[in-house]
Amino acid sequence: MADALFLAHTLARLVAASRSVAVGTNSPIPAAATLLAREQAAQHNGRMVISILGSPRHTPFTDGGRELFDFAAQGRLDSFFLGGGQIDGNGNINLLGIGDPTRPKLRFPGSFGSAYLYSLVPNVVLFRDEHSPRVLVSQVDFTSAAGSGPDGSYRPGGPRWLVTGRAVFRFDPARNRFRLHSIHPGETLDEVTALTGFAVDLDDGFGETPTPDTKTLALLRGPVARELAFAYPRFAAQHFPSGHFSSEGHPA
Amino acid sequence: MPFLTTLQLAQAIPDGALLAVPADYGGVAMAVTLDLIRRNARDLSLAAAPVSGLQADLLIGAGAVRQLQAAAVSLGEYGFAQRFTAALKAGRLTMQDATCPALHAGLQAAEKGVPFLPLRGILGSDLLKLRPDWKVIQNPLAEMPDPIVVVPAIHPDVALFHAPLADRHGNVWIGLRRELATMAHAARRTLVSVEAVFDGNLLDDPLRAPGTLPHPYVEAVALASKGAWPLAFADHYPADHDALTRYAEASRSDEGFQAVLQEWLHG
Repeated sequence: MADALFLAHTLARLVAASRSVAVGTNSPIPAAATLLAREQAAQHNGRMVISILGSPRHTPFTDGGRELFDFAAQGRLDSFFLGGGQIDGNGNINLLGIGDPTRPKLRFPGSFGSAYLYSLVPNVVLFRDEHSPRVLVSQVDFTSAAGSGPDGSYRPGGPRWLVTGRAVFRFDPARNRFRLHSIHPGETLDEVTALTGFAVDLDDGFGETPTPDTKTLALLRGPVARELAFAYPRFAAQHFPSGHFSSEGHPA
Repeated sequence: MPFLTTLQLAQAIPDGALLAVPADYGGVAMAVTLDLIRRNARDLSLAAAPVSGLQADLLIGAGAVRQLQAAAVSLGEYGFAQRFTAALKAGRLTMQDATCPALHAGLQAAEKGVPFLPLRGILGSDLLKLRPDWKVIQNPLAEMPDPIVVVPAIHPDVALFHAPLADRHGNVWIGLRRELATMAHAARRTLVSVEAVFDGNLLDDPLRAPGTLPHPYVEAVALASKGAWPLAFADHYPADHDALTRYAEASRSDEGFQAVLQEWLHG
């Protein structure tokens, strides 16, 4: 499986064109990616507004918990990261559980802001480290947030990318399906296909996910690691060690 | 206004109350929560603004909660909320699943004194199947079809939270945590624990006044140093990592949970 720096680099590329990026709760790798994207934007004289939930230093809001959601509905938020206990090939995500919701067989924490932000944020990047048939399913058991539609509804937002510990999928809005865009170094197409619970078809230009260059790694180990430590001190210490490239995988 | 004890605040919350509480990162009155368990509170309904974690899990594990409205219940980096999950699986807890902005909007509707608020998104989510009280209506101002979700006002009996400062007039400084003000505006009664007493009047200071929940909304305040322990509290103290790690491990079973709870109640 890919390591945290590689994944942060991969996610950062997918939000690089954004003017504003927000990260939800308990999301250290998306937070690192967002900090990296901001650093890279700044190096090109660009300004990126970021919001990392739970990190006052990285949250430019003053009007309480609702402000981020209002900001998104106003059309000001370009990118957001979401995860999922289950993610299906049509971009539907399940953050709630498996089985009857009133007496669940398996219960995840809950839908958080997904049902709302998925519809409103133009560039939603799904991230789930675990790449397995139990996560990437043909159809979710519960739709916390739908990948598309309903027809005729106001819907400026939706999924654009899905990143796992093994691969990147791009959402094809014409077919409302994910297509395999790249596999990470060391992965094989056969293995990734076997571990994906939905039908895999290859995106145009399918290839290998690019690795971070030395300049990007220096940013990740330097300013990104320092900033990440404010939001996720233990994660930063464990996964963003300064001075050497960690080749260890990180726990799911 | 005299300061009460945290136990007196807990005793002022009746069994059966709808209690509004903030997220674990947003100023949770944990000392009062432990006193709610000490006083054997029962049949509470919790409305999380907008998610909950340790506080809900503790109250559920202690048998104090009948119903919960939240966008999620999780111990964050410490994992799933195990007593919450166990109670759901056993059918001992009625869960009203939500999404974060719907809870904010429900409290804002109560704050405005209107029966509901519309909000975008949510269409296509199975949450609509779990929430018959959320309605999809046609935007009455649009000529073209434009379905939109409306969520009902949430009227908590009591808002309960922890804040940095209160003065002797009942003004409470909440700083950036404006959702606490929304909770208080929406609730019939507001009870607050604070880290410290502010000598003087918070409303007299133009820098502090905008971050102050003023006294008309505040029924009672208790002084509780480290009142959010073992959770982190703003820039006052970090989470007690050892205590939370131990809780996450022990609360996998009811026996383990009860053991930690007894330590925290009597420690």
